[in-house]
Amino acid sequence: MQLYEAEVEDTFAEAFEMWAARVVITAETPAWARIAAQSTTGFATSVIGCGCEAGIERELAPDETPDGRPGVSVLFLTVRVEDLGKRLLERIGQCVLTTATTACYNGLESDQMVNIGSQLRYFGDGYQVSKRLDGRRFWRVPVMDGEFLVEERFGVGPAVGGGNLILLGVDAASTLRAAEAAVQAMQTVPGVILPFPGGICRSGSKVGARRYKFLTASTNDAFCPTLRSLVPHTRVPQGLNCTYEIVIDGLSLGAVEEAMRRGLRAAAQNGARYITAGNYGGRLGPYRIHLHDLLQPA
Amino acid sequence: MITLTLREVPHVPLEAEVLCPDVLAGKAREEIQALPVFLGKRPRKLGDFFEVEVDGDGEAICLRGDLRRVRWVGRGMTRGRIVIHGDVGMHLGAFMQGGTIEVFGNASDWVGAEMTGGRIYVHGNAGGQVGAGYRGSPIGMQGGTILIEGSAGPEVGMRLRRGLIAVGGAVGDFAGLHMRGGTIFLLGPSGIRTGAWMVRGTIVVLRPAALLPTFLYACTYRPTFLRLYVRYLQSQGFPVPPEALQGVYQRYTGDTAVAGKGEILQWVEG
Repeated sequence: MQLYEAEVEDTFAEAFEMWAARVVITAETPAWARIAAQSTTGFATSVIGCGCEAGIERELAPDETPDGRPGVSVLFLTVRVEDLGKRLLERIGQCVLTTATTACYNGLESDQMVNIGSQLRYFGDGYQVSKRLDGRRFWRVPVMDGEFLVEERFGVGPAVGGGNLILLGVDAASTLRAAEAAVQAMQTVPGVILPFPGGICRSGSKVGARRYKFLTASTNDAFCPTLRSLVPHTRVPQGLNCTYEIVIDGLSLGAVEEAMRRGLRAAAQNGARYITAGNYGGRLGPYRIHLHDLLQPA
Repeated sequence: MITLTLREVPHVPLEAEVLCPDVLAGKAREEIQALPVFLGKRPRKLGDFFEVEVDGDGEAICLRGDLRRVRWVGRGMTRGRIVIHGDVGMHLGAFMQGGTIEVFGNASDWVGAEMTGGRIYVHGNAGGQVGAGYRGSPIGMQGGTILIEGSAGPEVGMRLRRGLIAVGGAVGDFAGLHMRGGTIFLLGPSGIRTGAWMVRGTIVVLRPAALLPTFLYACTYRPTFLRLYVRYLQSQGFPVPPEALQGVYQRYTGDTAVAGKGEILQWVEG
């Protein structure tokens, strides 16, 4: 299927079930809220090596946050629900608690909750104070610039990971522009994150390795332009010289699909020449997001 | 809704704890009229004093008239809503566990005494011992919210354990006496000995107050958690000055007379 200057392959992205939490970080200024969000979602590109996937969902205006200060909403995703609480505890404890002026709140209504504030409170060494308000419990932990306020429990809920687009272009510059345009379009969708740096992954991987049996993932040789003449199963069309992948995680399948839909169009309008998606033949996850279906009129 | 209109002010206090959604819900007019009340020490029927109109399931109750001598309205209620147009007597919402009470008028002493949940909103003034523990009881209010737009008397939040009390006008002496937790917002002037013997909890004072010398100054800062409370109060329609949201507060800890770990947060600037 042709979309602007891009050919869209008749294939599907294979998404899978994950668990997610939404954390609202606030601070005295938008800059400090952003710093805390970037820090706490750093090194969280892939569950393969980072333990979780995380990213900034969007920035929040003061009237959207519990304490009326500027904020940032971030999403954390893991494959197993029991891992999510551990990752939140580590990341909020090391990256939000430590950031100047911040506070941290649950942003996901759910029946299933994990205890975070009730564990971080011990940092207060007995000087911490609990406050209950309107059915929610908060902990005031004394720190050197005042108090760190953290909600006791955070909601966790089912989510969808592994949505993806693979964009190919004539050269690195034009392909990167297309990918950047896609990222910008995707970030307008609530409830999704793009966990890789800048939303873009240049080192897409395949499961396992051709040569090294100890690896769980290795370079996606089929999409490496430098290997086109060496790899019989290359997926890089003649004349195209660069590939970028965008991975999308979301709180729902619909959100992931909408992000992919917007990303597809934006990439095709901004220099991508071939667009496809990664899948494992349906063996990885229950969700198949067909690219051609995304382009059908609603 | 069940509407009860007081015919005339009783000459002695009328104890009417049956004025509660838990009791009235689902009852017919005749059943409601037959419910027992006490006029002083004498047993009487509710219908002797109130006109009763029933329209709906009774989860909402509307009381009209000069109810200053009607006591124990909403005692121990767990659900539903009571709206009172007029002044109401002592012990409003005492031992309340859930639901809401709204008074378009004044309330007397012991509003929400020893309540554990729910919300009471008094648009006028209240008497003393709001949210307090009864004499001899070790613990006062243990949950819920009491909002008094006007003034209140002495011993507001006495032995408060948990929950929120906010008073828009002046309060009498000994607010937060022997407080054990929870939060009291005093937007108006407060009497003497605020927080005396408090062990835990927070008293927020928006007007300059003469604090006991047994409260020790800690620092001047912007408590983030107060912003949650201010926004909550605003969401309930409670008039809070906007400067309270951005405010800078002095933190005093005490009462050291009883080795207390409570705090008084004194607003100093917006």
